Order: sequence, then structure tokens, then C-alpha cells
Amino acid sequence: MKKFATLCFIFSLLTGCASTQMSLYDELGGKDTVAQIVDNFIHEIEYNKTMFTYFAESDIERFREKLNEHLCLLANGPCTYTGDTMEQVHAGMNISESDFNLGVDLFIAAMTKANVPHTVQNKLLAKMVPTRKEIIYL
Amino acid sequence: MKIPKYPALALLQAGLTIVTLHTPVALAADGKLIATAGLSQIEGSGGGGIVPWATISGYDSRDQISAGAVVTQVDVDDYRLTMLGASLSFYDSLEVSVAQQRFEIKGAGIDIKQNIVGLKYRLYGDVVYSDWPQLSVGMQYKHLEDGDIAAAVGADNNSSGTDFYLAATKVHLGAIAGYNAVWNLTARATKANEMGILGFGGIKNDDYEIMFEASAGILFSRNIAVGIEYRQKPDNLGLGEDNWTDYFISYIPSKDFNLTLAWAELGTIAGAAGQSGLYLSLNGQLW
Repeated sequence: MKKFATLCFIFSLLTGCASTQMSLYDELGGKDTVAQIVDNFIHEIEYNKTMFTYFAESDIERFREKLNEHLCLLANGPCTYTGDTMEQVHAGMNISESDFNLGVDLFIAAMTKANVPHTVQNKLLAKMVPTRKEIIYL
Repeated sequence: MKIPKYPALALLQAGLTIVTLHTPVALAADGKLIATAGLSQIEGSGGGGIVPWATISGYDSRDQISAGAVVTQVDVDDYRLTMLGASLSFYDSLEVSVAQQRFEIKGAGIDIKQNIVGLKYRLYGDVVYSDWPQLSVGMQYKHLEDGDIAAAVGADNNSSGTDFYLAATKVHLGAIAGYNAVWNLTARATKANEMGILGFGGIKNDDYEIMFEASAGILFSRNIAVGIEYRQKPDNLGLGEDNWTDYFISYIPSKDFNLTLAWAELGTIAGAAGQSGLYLSLNGQLW
């Protein structure tokens, strides 16, 4: 029993105590940090030839607003996503696996520039993983 | 099946034919997240250090091909093993590898060479993105150039053998206190004594046996991975051949190259007990 208690203690240290657990949105730094990540990401895209072609005809302000909402939603923040589904957004773009991963590399760079710690970056990436199949080769 | 005199060359040629048929293709492979392409293991296959993984070596995505080269040295008390290898990966699906192992018995002036051709095919999944682990099957054809020692220690076959394996690998993002974790499990059918350096089969056993191999690691940043590996081995010769363990740290500064340092505990080799020492590996992507 003592062993079990010790294990629980270690586990709670590793995962964060359940009763006082912050949402990932809070861990990220809330609205301001998410806005900063999105701004940085747009900046990264603007300077990347491959990525920019996907956005050539996009309404950047709408993209900015909806991505803020979407990230907030993925991070269990207090937001409602009002944009289209991931399939609708990416339909017809035929985004390849390597271009998707390029996008992930740029997103990681955007988080790093917003001073998001490595471990929090990974938690957000983990939330984004399931959306990949709704994004590539459509 | 007739094995060509230079199976490695034939395979490379076949590979290059596939490439030319598949044009256009991106030749600068960067389509995976950094550190998720894995390394090259001691027999030349994409993997960890001593265990072949389900990952296809190189950063190719399903639209790309990649080529890599590796040099590894394991220096233990009485032996030194040097491995030179190269691999081609097609569309994150097929891996062709060639390697030469040079096994030196220190102070005896004896050098045993073994050439290995490896093939691996991804059956399912993506190590990062699929719900279930990435799954691959592979084989390693081993040709022993110097079979005298193998014959002397009682190997049933002192010229060649083939290993077959099934491997499952998964990366879990943010799994351990926010750090990315990776694990691999491999089942290998083999007759090889000390990977084939001491031949295949022996007095005690001459049949294929299933051996289990495992790896686990944590990525402490996008560039540093730390972990442990275990490889079960048969004892066909009755010389007390031991299972292997290593503790590794990998530095992956970019998708172009990585450096791994490990402590390898190889136990008894050819009757000499307590063989342990440093494992050093440099792995580079050519395109």
C-alpha cells in the first residue's frame, strides 16, 4: 500500500495533481500567448515560399481569428470555434505529408518564439495530432 | 532463389530503377519531425543502436526518398566492432541497407568481416500520427567473409544466414511530464551467433528461434534523446552467449546528422565474460 501511495505521488508529480490541474490553455499562457503564437505562425508562413502558396488566396485576418479560436478549443480553453471544419478548410489543397510536416516545423518555431516551454509545446502538438488526417491529401 | 554475387549492388540498382520510374520525386527529404526518423542500428537497419525499429531510416515522407550513411564503433574489453553502413529509403515505406561489420579480437590480430544486406517494409501506420504503433517487417541477409573462427567454435554454418523480424514503434507526444516518449518492440527469428560474427546455428541448437528486443526513450528536447535498449540472443554454440543491453544518449542537431553515445553491456562473447564498453555512432543523411 505504501508502495502504491509512493507510485501515486510520483505519478501526480509527473502529470500534475488532478484537483489543481490547469487547462492546457492556461499552461500556454492563455489568450495573449495563443495570439502571439498565431501571429508568429503567420509571420513564418509569409517568409516560407512553399507554405505561402497555400495561403496566396486566403483572407489572412479571418485565418488569424479562426486559428486563435481553434487553438483555444484544442487546448480546452473557454472559446467556441466558429470556423469551418478542418476538412472544409483544407479541401482541394492536396497538402502533402512533407508540406504538412513543414507546417508543423513552422508552428513549433512560432511556439518557441512565443516562449512556450518545450513540454507545453508537446502537449499542444499532441492535441493537434488527430487533425492531421482531416488536413492532408484532400 | 538465386542470390546474385553482389546482392547489395543488385538491390541498389533495383532501388535506383524504382526512383527513375517514379519521377518527379523530392530528393531533399525533410518530411518528418526532427528526431522521429530514428538512427541506424549495428546491422545497418533503421532503428535504435542494437535493435531494428519499425521506422524507415531517413527523413523521407511518402513523396520523398532519402539516403543515409552511418559509422559505428563498439569498443569492449576484449573486442572492437566497427560497422560502416549505407541505406536508401523510398517513400517512407521501403528501406534497403548495406553494412559491413569488422570484428576485431584485440591483441590476437584477428579480424572477422561480415557483410549485411537489409530490407524493411512498412506495413502500417506512422510512428507519430497513427493511433496504433508503426509496424514493419524486415530481413537481414548476412554473409560472413571470414568463417574460420565460426567453424572453430562449432557453428553449424560458417558462411551465411538470414534474420527475419517484425517491429512495432510508437512516439507519444508529451506523454511523460510533457516530454515526448518513444518505445519499440521487435521479434526476430534468427540462427545467428553474436549477430553472425560466430556463424549460424551450433552444437546446442540449429533451428530458428524467436528473440525479443526492446527500446524505450525520452526526448528531453527536440535534439536530445536518452534511453535504454535490450536484445535477447540465442546460445546455439553453448558458449554462454548473453543478452545485450545499452544505455544511450543521442544528439540530433539537425535532420542532416546525429551522434549517439552509449554504454553497451554485452556480457559473455566467445567465452570471454563481462564485455562492456562505449558505443559511438555517427549517422548522416546524404539527401
